[in-house]
Amino acid sequence: MSASPMEAPLLEAPLLEASDLALRYGAVPALDGVSLAIWPGEVVAIVGESGSGKTTLLRVLSGLLPPDAGSVLYRDPEGRAQRLEAMGEAALRRLHRTDWGFVHQNPRDGLRLGVSAGGNIGERLMATGARHYGSIREAAIAWLRRVEIDPARIDALPRTFSGGMQQRLQIARTLVTHPRLIFMDEPTGGLDVSVQARLLDLIRALVADLGLAVLLVTHDIAAARLLAHRILVMRHGKVVEEGLTDRVLDDPQHAYTQLLVASVLAA
Amino acid sequence: MSAATGYNFGYLDEDTKRMIRRALLKAVAIPGHQVPFGSREMPLPYGWGTGGIQVTASVIGPADRLKVIDQGADDTTNAVSIRRFFARVAGVETTERTAEASIIQTRHRIPETTLREGQILVYQVPMPEPLFRLEPRVAETKRMHALADYGLMHVKLYEDIARHGHVAISYNYPVMVNGRYLMSPSPIPAFDNPKMHRNPALQLFGAGREKRIYAVPPYTEVRSLDFEDHPFEPVRARAGCALCGSRESYLDEVVTDDAGGRIFVCSDTDYCQGRQARQEAAE
Repeated sequence: MSASPMEAPLLEAPLLEASDLALRYGAVPALDGVSLAIWPGEVVAIVGESGSGKTTLLRVLSGLLPPDAGSVLYRDPEGRAQRLEAMGEAALRRLHRTDWGFVHQNPRDGLRLGVSAGGNIGERLMATGARHYGSIREAAIAWLRRVEIDPARIDALPRTFSGGMQQRLQIARTLVTHPRLIFMDEPTGGLDVSVQARLLDLIRALVADLGLAVLLVTHDIAAARLLAHRILVMRHGKVVEEGLTDRVLDDPQHAYTQLLVASVLAA
Repeated sequence: MSAATGYNFGYLDEDTKRMIRRALLKAVAIPGHQVPFGSREMPLPYGWGTGGIQVTASVIGPADRLKVIDQGADDTTNAVSIRRFFARVAGVETTERTAEASIIQTRHRIPETTLREGQILVYQVPMPEPLFRLEPRVAETKRMHALADYGLMHVKLYEDIARHGHVAISYNYPVMVNGRYLMSPSPIPAFDNPKMHRNPALQLFGAGREKRIYAVPPYTEVRSLDFEDHPFEPVRARAGCALCGSRESYLDEVVTDDAGGRIFVCSDTDYCQGRQARQEAAE
């Protein structure tokens, strides 16, 4: 890998820390005593089958869904720790468009399809107070270039973009405010393999360049191996195995992880 | 003129007026914030000023003098019928002179004559929510107001500049009131927006169908949204009034024949007539 975890700027304290999270959907435990920490510059993948609670975990960690029990601790750029559940809605919203980013599986959930590519990228800037049209436009062009979209299409609507381009635009729109932590929910889902490979390359380069911390939810073991420094394996709302990516995938300890790794098709 | 019998003063019953006044007080206390109220059926259709007429009925007193304008004119159907309505049900004096009126109910314009302290300007508002074309969920727009989360409105302005080179909103141009609430100024031309800023008169807004009241108290800051490098510019037809020659007032374009003939005249009839009278007197 181009960037090992050691090269990333490591701080003393984790960026986000969750302890003993629990959440039930009726009789179904979606989260059952989940604890995890993510450090600055680290990519953590959460893998597991459908219904294992991956996406629920992501939603709880990002404050979109309150847990039944447990707490999530967020450390702001000044190093102060804040409990997510004690933060007001306004503060949480600000967090989501400054220090955090969320990349949805379906770009249609993350983009405004009736707004041009430039407007999509500029939205977070304008929401955080940018009021200079020229510099917003400059930032949009720079980010389009960075995610390999032709800057000439800045005024085109995202619905005229291909699936891969839409996903790249969503990433540009999320990264424009230089967040430190990105939540990604199956970012490569629904794309064909060559487009997937290109997107993974792009994400890997951006993560290394910007020193981003990424919490990646995926069922794609290959994507996890390529991007993640650490892996959490989830099943029935529990973390059944956790460790460095290569260790977990090459030497799985838990029976379910062994099954998961063995189920990957080789081309 | 004496009031018609069989009606309470100002048509509305006292309890309704009290309810509306309470909403008005709250609206004045939180400039630009939309306050819900129990809008009543009025003897005119929605879209004709049911909100404005209820606000006027709640603030009017026997000593008031009322002026009603529609698109700046005192002699259009809407203005004439509302003026006549209040003359009948409240017995108040009416006027066409901006300077003489204590209450001015308006649709789509702010008078050219500068308003003074003590006057009340009542706007008829068809759609009070400035975000409704951008965000279809009412609950979400309320949350956006609560959190002062107005980036979306700027996205709309950005899109306009990207597509047209300028902000292509010529009326109902969104404003920030007191640095806090995004407000729809009702469909007045963008040309009139600067008149709202630090206006000495009390400005009340009533939306009857949408059941919302909001207000701008005297001398409140009202800023039209813009970008630093694309500042707000009021738009006006590049012509003088064909009747009074004014080059400052807002103009209506009037087609005069079927051969392409047209003239521009002041939309504010009182202002125009006042200028013509002064010009004649000078001759």
